[in-house]
Amino acid sequence: MRIDELTRLNEARAARKAVVVATDLADGSVRILPEGEAVEGTLGEEVAKVLRSGKAGAVELDGKSFFLNVYLPPPRIVVIGAVHITQALARLAPVAGYDLAIIDPRTAFATEERFEGVAIVADWPEDVLKQQPLDAYTALVAVTHDPKIDDFPLSAALKTGCFYVGALGSRKTHAKRVERLKQLGHDDSEIARIAAPIGLDIGAATPAEIALAILAQIVQSFRRRDLVTGR
Amino acid sequence: MTAPETLDPLKTAEQWKLAGRDVALATVVETWGSAPRQAGSHLVIDGDGNFEGSVSGGCVEGAVITEALDVIQSGKAKMLDFGVADETAWRVGLSCGGRIKVYVERLV
Repeated sequence: MRIDELTRLNEARAARKAVVVATDLADGSVRILPEGEAVEGTLGEEVAKVLRSGKAGAVELDGKSFFLNVYLPPPRIVVIGAVHITQALARLAPVAGYDLAIIDPRTAFATEERFEGVAIVADWPEDVLKQQPLDAYTALVAVTHDPKIDDFPLSAALKTGCFYVGALGSRKTHAKRVERLKQLGHDDSEIARIAAPIGLDIGAATPAEIALAILAQIVQSFRRRDLVTGR
Repeated sequence: MTAPETLDPLKTAEQWKLAGRDVALATVVETWGSAPRQAGSHLVIDGDGNFEGSVSGGCVEGAVITEALDVIQSGKAKMLDFGVADETAWRVGLSCGGRIKVYVERLV
């Protein structure tokens, strides 16, 4: 690989783009192929395959051996609501290798003091998500149970195809939320993707335990997702 | 809240190369049986034998580093094979019983 190729690869990874690197094992030549870039012929089909599976491997094409390596963006968690559960989740997520960012327009909650060293923005989700859009490698966790704050990002996460969408709230709260999301144009199968009540059922009682249940559910969604359909 | 950049071997490789160091990149290209690191994993090595990343659970890194220094010298990429079937198994085998193929190339 040449240094300019490595730089291109690292730039694409930093921009949260999926990238395939095709190495010709006979002559060592390399092609950097970011997602969305058209690749001709049988190589294109194999590239599409590894982008879907996320699994690197060697392939034979027209009598030549290639190694196709694939780099998917690291999973990220965006939390709507700087609440007590979020304080625990912000500590657990990096241990599991997940980036985490918090959005909450309520300045009393979204303070540096409560979230030292964490990426936190005290602003409305609709404004923040314009600058930092969601993507398929993002988990959206909405924990304010305030429709004014939670509904927009939940709807955006369903439209974007975030690999995980979770919302805190009792069954009653969620039933009302379902009605509002229907009015926003989401159908039943989309709304069914929302994890509610949020978190794996481990009998979590404290904010920290609920955070753990949420993180475990995110890991489950990420590892068991079907990259073909994005579900 | 991201992992320290130094834990990303590809970023390390870029930084080392731009700083004028000789760099080799080792990549797991195939695995059979139980292998500790999946295909696509990287180990980056400089001309002095400094390294970052992994291609196994620490079982064969020593041998890969030695070969990488050779690749840096010659400029010729190598395909390395490690596993119980290999005659080097006594020295640098995979204790897990798996087999891996590692491609080592020089960064130019």
